[in-house]
Amino acid sequence: MSLTTAPTAAEAELAVQARQAQAASDGYWAGVFKRVRRDPVTIVCAVILLLMLAAMVFAPLIAPHDPYQGSMIRRLRPIGTPNHPLGTDELGRDILTRLLYGGRLSWFMGITPVALAFAIGTFFGVLAGYAGGKLNMVIMRVTDVFYAFPSVLLAVAISGALGAGIENAILALTLVFIPPIIRVAESVTQGVRNLDFVDAARASGAGAFTVVRVHVLGNVLGPIFVYATSLISVCMIIASGLSFLGLGTKPPEPEWGLMLNTLRTAIYVQPWVAVLPGVCIFMTSICFNLLSDGLRQAMDVKG
Amino acid sequence: MLYYLLRRILYAIPIALAVGFVCFMLVQIAPGDPINAIVPPDAPADVVEQVRRDYGLDKPLPVQFGLWLLKVVQGDLGRSLATGRPVWADLSTGIANTLMLALCASLLGFTLGCILGGLAGTFRGSVLDRVAVGTAVAGVSVPHYWLGMVMVVIFSVQLNWLPAMGAGPGGSADWSWDWEHVKHLILPAVTLSVIPMGIVTRTVRGIVAEIMNQEFITALRGKGLTRWGVFLHVVKNAAPNALAVMGLQLGYLMGGSILVETVFSWPGTGLLLNSAIFQRDLPVLQGTILVLAMFFVALNLIVDLMQTALDPRIKRA
Repeated sequence: MSLTTAPTAAEAELAVQARQAQAASDGYWAGVFKRVRRDPVTIVCAVILLLMLAAMVFAPLIAPHDPYQGSMIRRLRPIGTPNHPLGTDELGRDILTRLLYGGRLSWFMGITPVALAFAIGTFFGVLAGYAGGKLNMVIMRVTDVFYAFPSVLLAVAISGALGAGIENAILALTLVFIPPIIRVAESVTQGVRNLDFVDAARASGAGAFTVVRVHVLGNVLGPIFVYATSLISVCMIIASGLSFLGLGTKPPEPEWGLMLNTLRTAIYVQPWVAVLPGVCIFMTSICFNLLSDGLRQAMDVKG
Repeated sequence: MLYYLLRRILYAIPIALAVGFVCFMLVQIAPGDPINAIVPPDAPADVVEQVRRDYGLDKPLPVQFGLWLLKVVQGDLGRSLATGRPVWADLSTGIANTLMLALCASLLGFTLGCILGGLAGTFRGSVLDRVAVGTAVAGVSVPHYWLGMVMVVIFSVQLNWLPAMGAGPGGSADWSWDWEHVKHLILPAVTLSVIPMGIVTRTVRGIVAEIMNQEFITALRGKGLTRWGVFLHVVKNAAPNALAVMGLQLGYLMGGSILVETVFSWPGTGLLLNSAIFQRDLPVLQGTILVLAMFFVALNLIVDLMQTALDPRIKRA
């Protein structure tokens, strides 16, 4: 028995090593892509999100009606009304059309703050992590202060004080998401900073800027990016929530959160029409969440 | 240990001060002169000047902050512009209502999350695990204000089982433990509980799976301990982290319940904030945010200390 298993185990070990070498020679991103391809959940989410994006971009071509044009005689029609497949809202505007157009603002308000926070947070986080010392202490203590607010409360407080409007909501949300990104960026940078190849680069005379640009950024951007994608879902929920409170977009602009808010009065008349915009928010948010989980696994990011 | 306790409490003081400063700045960043937050817009110019001097608004910003802080520490959060009453008067009932809603939602979310997460962590890779993970992802991804609306549609509009609004019969804001009041609590509490449910499920699943992989569990099984006995060991090891996550979630719910409170017209801090935003009643906005944020700071401190006390492996000096 032992005579037959021993070579097989060694062979298996060799095969594993060969496969690892093959994967390594393909490069990191090829490996990531290969792993994503084998993950059906991530693929399905990516396809749904792409379809939604396409539907929003081509909204003027596929939407059956004008998103602002209402009609007093066709108010609050149920789902399945001829010519209005998803019914009409409290001003007689076509729901399907407004959902298609509404995604543009909802996605914009969900993604822009995270993208801005990613850029700003990475800058300060890498700075704090690489520089260490006093600079690290100042940046991290300021971060602690904003961490002391629950995220929804901070977003409501800032945009509530500044007043309603898309710019104010985006500003508030960006401020909410900078501290968590700084924390992640700082901790991964500290992990990379003390590795041998960074020491070697420094010893060979590379300046701080070069070391960060060439050796540090390549190793920290991945984990920070994965973390940032996991924030898009939260950001979209809070952004639509701000509009739901009347703090984000202003009527008559179509936006999912604001649509939920104005349709709330119709909840006793056309309950199922009234909850439709929320279905869109939910679908987007869950897809972004699962996509981020899939990316995290494929890119082998811990935490 | 005692040294750590003292240091941790001392560290919370600058954080609390800085949080106070952020709340103070809220009125400063608001568009327009902060004086407009105190006097009605149609006040004559000399009255405006008088008020400006009375409130110290002609002094430099750091001095203003000091004066403001002095008042806040004495419990004076200013007066509401809309009602003219002290902010604290309305805020205290609001806090009580929000705290009760958040406590009920946390307990519910924590219980469900522990059950789901515990089962998923024990039977990793099973169908049960997948269902639990799916529920958790849905729980953290759902816009809870929308979930609240769906609940109202199902249980209030279609089935007519539970009331859709308020905290008691006739819109009363006072609480008592009878069915008429509890009935009003069910929908908002269930709605608010989905977020902690999702987060606790994820956390507990991770902790339990990690503990189950450790050698001492195998050893316990090997010496013939019953399932129940092993279970108790797992609970003891998982409790500190799970409780810490839950403690912070309670804080997030206190601050984040504004959306759910708006859906259900729950008379808490969220509804107070909502009306303050629309009437541009900045003193109420500032006071409410300040009290909620301070609550969160205190909770953070308590959770940290509790975790240290519960888990002897955490040695902090």
